[in-house]
Amino acid sequence: MANKILEKRILRSDLFYFVAEASELAKKAEAGQFVIVRADENGERIPLSLANIDPDRGTISLLVQTIGVTSTKLSTLNVGDEIKDIAGPMGHKTPIEKYGRVILVGGGFGAAPLYPIGRAMKEAGNAVVSITGARSENLLVYEKELGEFSDKVLISTDDGSKGHKGLVTEVLKQEIEENGADLVIAIGPAIMMKFASLTTKPYGVKTLVSLNPIMVDGTGMCGACRVSVGGKTMFGCTDGPDFDGHLVDWDLLMSRQRTYLAEEKKAMEAYTRGSAPSS
Amino acid sequence: MVETKIREYTKEEIKEIRKTRTPIPEQDAVARGKNFEEVALGYTEEQALREANRCMACKKRDCVAGCPVEVPIPEFIQLVKVGDFIGAAKKIKEKNSLPAICGRVCPQENQCESLCTLGKKMEPVAIGRLERFIADYERMHGSGGGENEKPKPTGFKVAVVGSGPAGLTVASDLAKLGHEVTIFEALHKAGGVLVYGIPEFRLPKAIVQSEVDGIESLGVKFDLDSVVGKLYTVDELLERGFDAVFIGSGAGLPMFMNIPGENLNGVYSANEFLTRTNLMKAYLFPEYDTPIKKGKHVAVVGGGNVAMDAARTALRLGAEKVYLVYRRSMEELPARKEEVHHAIEEGIDFKLLNNPVEIIGEDGWVKGIKCVQMELGEPDESGRRRPAAVEGSEFVIDVDTVVMSIGTGSNPIIPNSTPGLDLNKKGYIAADGGGATSKPGVFAGGDIVTGAATVILAAGAGRKAANSIHEYLMSKVKN
Ligand SMILES: Cc1cc2nc3c(=O)[nH]c(=O)nc-3n(C[C@H](O)[C@H](O)[C@H](O)COP(=O)(O)OP(=O)(O)OC[C@H]3O[C@@H](n4cnc5c(N)ncnc54)[C@H](O)[C@@H]3O)c2cc1C
Ligand SMILES: Cc1cc2nc3c(=O)[nH]c(=O)nc-3n(C[C@H](O)[C@H](O)[C@H](O)COP(=O)(O)OP(=O)(O)OC[C@H]3O[C@@H](n4cnc5c(N)ncnc54)[C@H](O)[C@@H]3O)c2cc1C
Ligand code: FES
Repeated sequence: MANKILEKRILRSDLFYFVAEASELAKKAEAGQFVIVRADENGERIPLSLANIDPDRGTISLLVQTIGVTSTKLSTLNVGDEIKDIAGPMGHKTPIEKYGRVILVGGGFGAAPLYPIGRAMKEAGNAVVSITGARSENLLVYEKELGEFSDKVLISTDDGSKGHKGLVTEVLKQEIEENGADLVIAIGPAIMMKFASLTTKPYGVKTLVSLNPIMVDGTGMCGACRVSVGGKTMFGCTDGPDFDGHLVDWDLLMSRQRTYLAEEKKAMEAYTRGSAPSS
Repeated sequence: MVETKIREYTKEEIKEIRKTRTPIPEQDAVARGKNFEEVALGYTEEQALREANRCMACKKRDCVAGCPVEVPIPEFIQLVKVGDFIGAAKKIKEKNSLPAICGRVCPQENQCESLCTLGKKMEPVAIGRLERFIADYERMHGSGGGENEKPKPTGFKVAVVGSGPAGLTVASDLAKLGHEVTIFEALHKAGGVLVYGIPEFRLPKAIVQSEVDGIESLGVKFDLDSVVGKLYTVDELLERGFDAVFIGSGAGLPMFMNIPGENLNGVYSANEFLTRTNLMKAYLFPEYDTPIKKGKHVAVVGGGNVAMDAARTALRLGAEKVYLVYRRSMEELPARKEEVHHAIEEGIDFKLLNNPVEIIGEDGWVKGIKCVQMELGEPDESGRRRPAAVEGSEFVIDVDTVVMSIGTGSNPIIPNSTPGLDLNKKGYIAADGGGATSKPGVFAGGDIVTGAATVILAAGAGRKAANSIHEYLMSKVKN
């Protein structure tokens, strides 16, 4: 089995960056696609974006935010361990072409797919502006990485400890007003993508979002990932993950994401009990 | 080999036993509604001998004609009669490589058993139960060896896409002919619908696993987590040194009704509902990580095997009330009779001649399903009477979970990534009787060609394709 972890970096207490061996995947995958991962034999299948793809080295990178059992299980893996299953690349790649001025907006693990997408956009001849935010400066991640290809990186923090004091959407609005944009790509929590889309709508700037519905197989077999876009039901995994943010039914997405809140809480309690050192 | 004491039946006794088929021991209906263990427990040796002795070994052999792969039924039953269970297993396997599975899930009442000569006057011979007995006997006692001699390698490599009954059969047949076979499977476990769809209580996963292990022991490689069309295209497989490709990717695309409310929380496709439960083992949550909503009042929409499985799964997950909403009547129910019978025994409430028109929600969650009553009119193309809505007959059933089980279609991943592969009107791969497609070196069979069908038809298509692939490869040698 492949899937061996070659590097692990802890970016924040709840954000882990892994580089894993996956030579076939690395040959095939493109910016914007994702993989389905299982941490162990009893594990759930969860989708994770490709945070980097290195065909020469035969590796892919994943950025994992720990919020529940699977992401926590993954965070305990170390260099040399194997990720039980990695399947992909799933979904369509982000359409990379020369748009002109492209603004990337990312929060939390949303920065993961933005990295390969932004790099490809830059290589395609676009001017790239990245906007990222956090509650406070010490929680900011990926600023340096986004800087590798961005013409500028704009920051916002809730407490004003760095950059603009407030929300990324305010920075986005200001940037569009001052310098214009031909394409906005927003990736992160649904609520952020919703407000980024609402922000760009009055300006008529095309806005791509990468939707994160609950998934199982990731291949179009189950329909768990149903989203509504422009009034049509689509499968997040095979029709997406990128969609036109102005057409997405955000309330439906957020409602469906909450389907298993009670079960997830129970699972986390069981997991914490099970993995606690016995005394 | 295990000695079996043969009970010889006198003429009078045979006359008597022919009247009724030997019942198969089953778990009690109330108890089994609360567990995922197999419902039917299988014949004992005595029971199998009794049932085998009901067979008249008639000259007509109509049963064989009723079997899509023409298992030599009278011959294997004859071997059961004399206690040669291993011989009987070999006899079946001449035609059917998955008897433990087919004995459990084939719709025998529409196939072999429907044509049984005895069945014209009395109950037909329980051919499926005998097949199951023989396959289980062989699995438990070993095959006596002999057939697993390593064939001479041909040097040809074949890629098989999908590990359902079609893919498994192709792989095993080709491996036995000396070809090097790799199965590419999208999921993390091999078996196709047999592992993700059909529930444990009808087909224990250990049985599927033992078939998979057997095929692995023939030297077949399993490349799991490999989505063909994504990780490798069919053309890339051919470029990478595979001399032929077999596509057995099934009909796994779930359909919805496109009625209001279908995206509410608590509405599942049968595929999702069953995959969470079977493949991901959500019934053992939180020991297994994947959750499922355990509905109290569940409506399953549809009338096929899949709908029966979903309804009976909902019951076992703890539902107090499970409705099966089907737009035609009992007569048209396409599910296996045994499953319908089991579902009724277990207390599933059949809402026949009803069709959902809306799923009613509250705060994003299912609260009810609005149905309209149907009446049957003239027969349609399928020969079944066409249902039509009775105006003004709408009513609401209070439920918190809805499972849509109205059929599946062709997944577009492979068609879209394979130029030169012709499809039929419905989007399935066009293939001839031997599985050859419009693309040289590319064969296909099973549900991806026929649309959702049966295990035995998929396995049969696999066998035919293995023969054509073998011929195709051997013709390459001569050139
Ligand atoms: C296309 C796509 C790309 C994603 N990329 C990343 C990424 O790069 N990094 C990252 O950290 N996260 C990513 N996510 C989200 C990630 O899949 C969820 O955070 C993860 O499934 C949570 O699992 P858990 O067991 O740790 O938490 P849980 O406690 O099980 O769930 C927490 C929340 O995560 C969501 N979730 C749970 N199970 C699933 C599932 N099977 N599929 C999707 N969402 C689920 C639900 O909204 C849930 O409320 C992505 C999601 C999608 C759909
Ligand atoms: C719930 C349920 C109950 C059923 N009950 C019965 C029954 O009682 N009796 C009966 O005879 N039949 C029954 N059937 C039908 C029967 O299971 C199918 O007809 C049969 O499994 C079809 O076999 P197959 O090999 O063509 O495809 P499948 O069994 O569907 O297997 C296809 C495999 O290919 C994989 N795959 C798909 N796309 C790709 C890709 N791009 N790359 C790699 N792998 C891929 C899938 O993951 C899957 O594992 C039932 C079906 C269901 C869903
Ligand atoms: S995740 Fe199953 S269809 Fe999209």
